[in-house]
Amino acid sequence: MLDDADRRLLRYWQAEPSLSPGELADRCGMTAGRAARRIARMEEADILRGVGAVINWAALGYAVEVSLRVTLDKTQGNAFDAFMAEARRVPEVIEMQTFLGRVDVRLSIIARDMAHYQQIYRARILTLPHIADIEALMHVARIKGEETLPL
Amino acid sequence: MIDLDDIDRGLIKALAQDARQSASALGKHFGLSQPATWRRIKRLEDAGIIAERRLRLNAEKLGFGVTVFLGIKLATKGRVSLEDFERAVSAIPEVQTVEHVLGLYDYRLRVVARDLPDFERVLRRRIMTLPGAGEVEANVLLSEERLTGPL
Repeated sequence: MLDDADRRLLRYWQAEPSLSPGELADRCGMTAGRAARRIARMEEADILRGVGAVINWAALGYAVEVSLRVTLDKTQGNAFDAFMAEARRVPEVIEMQTFLGRVDVRLSIIARDMAHYQQIYRARILTLPHIADIEALMHVARIKGEETLPL
Repeated sequence: MIDLDDIDRGLIKALAQDARQSASALGKHFGLSQPATWRRIKRLEDAGIIAERRLRLNAEKLGFGVTVFLGIKLATKGRVSLEDFERAVSAIPEVQTVEHVLGLYDYRLRVVARDLPDFERVLRRRIMTLPGAGEVEANVLLSEERLTGPL
């Protein structure tokens, strides 16, 4: 299990994920060796799954982001699996979540502009299997997005 | 916008997966020298394409068993200040992301909690009491996939 020093490490690291191992150890008041051992232990325990660069799709020319809330036709036994398998093959789908609630699946879709979005929506999304209903939320601005945990 | 070749796209993918890889290790994989790799990474970072880093933490192992996506509609548009709402909602530690959207809802939130009673506490005491919060729809996350996107 985690102790206070582990939590402190994660708290500082979450707040500044670009810190080097040495800087991180300094912030937490630990030696670099002690910090590295704790991090290795948390990785072994599958608490820490890695550090990734966040791709800024807008900087790559994808100006449009849409959240599609999909309701599936659950009378079809394999609706979830069949839908997800096909959605996974659409390159512009960057996130997929399944839910318990009014919405079954949510897809995050990116596109270069509205014309491109319309083309993806018609050719690749509406053709996905077992869709009963789709609602779209158009992304305007990200107000908070670091996805940190309140440790 | 900068032009990217296949190696740039490969580097973006590799760093999104694991941002802790050294330029020399990445260079070996792509058949580049360490300085050439470093220059490419620097260029991608300067263009804002991979400027940010994020820790991938196992929320469940850290005691956050429940993630909920909320759709929030503001009650009296025009009379509440969006800035006041955004500031107040961003200050809630359990709220991981806040997105301003267009469509059925005005804001989309991602909220973590220890369990369902804890989520109910956050919802009642912190979210429902936000200035201007109107209709709220909650969907409990069951599974999630992040995909590579169109690279």
